[in-house]
Amino acid sequence: MSAVEKVNVRIRVNGEAREALVEPRTLLVDFLRENLNLTGTHIGCDTTYCGACTVLLNGRTVKSCTLFAPMADGGEITTVEGLSTDGALHPVQNAFAECHGLQCGYCTPGLLLSTVYLLKKNAKPSDKQIRKAIAGNTCRCTGYQNIIKAIRMAAGEMGKR
Amino acid sequence: MYAHPFAYHRAQSLGEATKLLHQLGEESRVIAGGQSLIPLMKMRLARPAALIDINFIPRLSEIKNHNGELRFGALARHADIEVSEHVAEIPILHDCASGIADVQVRNQGTIGGSLAEADPSGDWATTLLTLETSVVCAGLEGERVVPLDEFFKDAYTTVLGREELVREVVVKKPAKNSGGAYLAFKRSASVYATGSAAVQITLDAKDACKEARIVLGCVGLTAIRAKEAEAELHGKKIDERAIARAADAAREAAEPQSDMRGSADYKRALIAALVKRAIGIAVRRARGENVEAGHEYVGR
Repeated sequence: MSAVEKVNVRIRVNGEAREALVEPRTLLVDFLRENLNLTGTHIGCDTTYCGACTVLLNGRTVKSCTLFAPMADGGEITTVEGLSTDGALHPVQNAFAECHGLQCGYCTPGLLLSTVYLLKKNAKPSDKQIRKAIAGNTCRCTGYQNIIKAIRMAAGEMGKR
Repeated sequence: MYAHPFAYHRAQSLGEATKLLHQLGEESRVIAGGQSLIPLMKMRLARPAALIDINFIPRLSEIKNHNGELRFGALARHADIEVSEHVAEIPILHDCASGIADVQVRNQGTIGGSLAEADPSGDWATTLLTLETSVVCAGLEGERVVPLDEFFKDAYTTVLGREELVREVVVKKPAKNSGGAYLAFKRSASVYATGSAAVQITLDAKDACKEARIVLGCVGLTAIRAKEAEAELHGKKIDERAIARAADAAREAAEPQSDMRGSADYKRALIAALVKRAIGIAVRRARGENVEAGHEYVGR
């Protein structure tokens, strides 16, 4: 069954044009990790539940385990590798570090991107809005309290700029 | 997890999509947002030999407000609908759009895909059946318009022909003094609801019920219109007793199955409670009150 025609997928990842010829069934997350060697995006449940694989596609968060790579063709993608600039952490990353918004760190790349997306749409979210915004990201360590603190802090820091 | 291998085709127009469906035959499927189909393919519960990607068809995600109707392009994403200013006029649509699964799934999943998939636990069918909704289906021979209450045949089965796909979902705006509410109860954000209830009510000049539609979700092979429950409200003052009778009738109309989300008895009790609360919110909204409603889950 390897007779299916491969598809050329071209995307811009973290500002850089990348492409690869892949089987159509290649998931976006595997395209990023295996073809482009961007292993910051994690595979958690692999069943559209946990959000560890969250990336920004054309400015919106998606679960990259639930998209075939050809569907993202021509798109602009931001992964966790694209958040820091010249070695300086993004304010959201900084806030997660400051507030202990992670323990094992497995869910963190996805949570960071969900937070970036939330704060782009809503610079001053209420706690209720924060909880709704990260409802698609599962963390099995923290109990979420420090994640919510980190998001509050990030919103505050980014509001000062 | 990897899906079974498939050939990938990208349609640039609806005409091309229907032609491809015709050429590729039985084993081909249309993919829109993919939030149901891709998980099914990864679990090998679906293994189409070819996918026809309609995501690149221009203008298929537009939301239009014209002539007393809202028209949703098949590719309108739940997230687009959630923030649409047109949708703000019909709160029950906002209830539904803003709570489907989670943020990431709402950014990708589409209204057309949700109806075409016809999952018994889907949110849109239950919500839209309380309104005058029709589905514009595009096929090789042209288009036909199907009222939504004739669209679903069974679980995962619609009247769509092999070579047809949803182009547009048309919702007639409710009359004045109308209000609706959609309540869905789920264990966590990302899962399907355990039970859901959609209620749309129009009040007359004396604050009595002129019109009522009550639809139950997740408790049957398709969404269930609870006509006996509607009859308990019709023409009457909507007081506690009328609401309690409607909730009891809804409990009887539900046909739930016991599964990992709960026993059949539990789901009947849940449905009655959801209907009771949805009627209350619908009536308050019909009177012009601003009330929040939508999906409910632990930690919300």
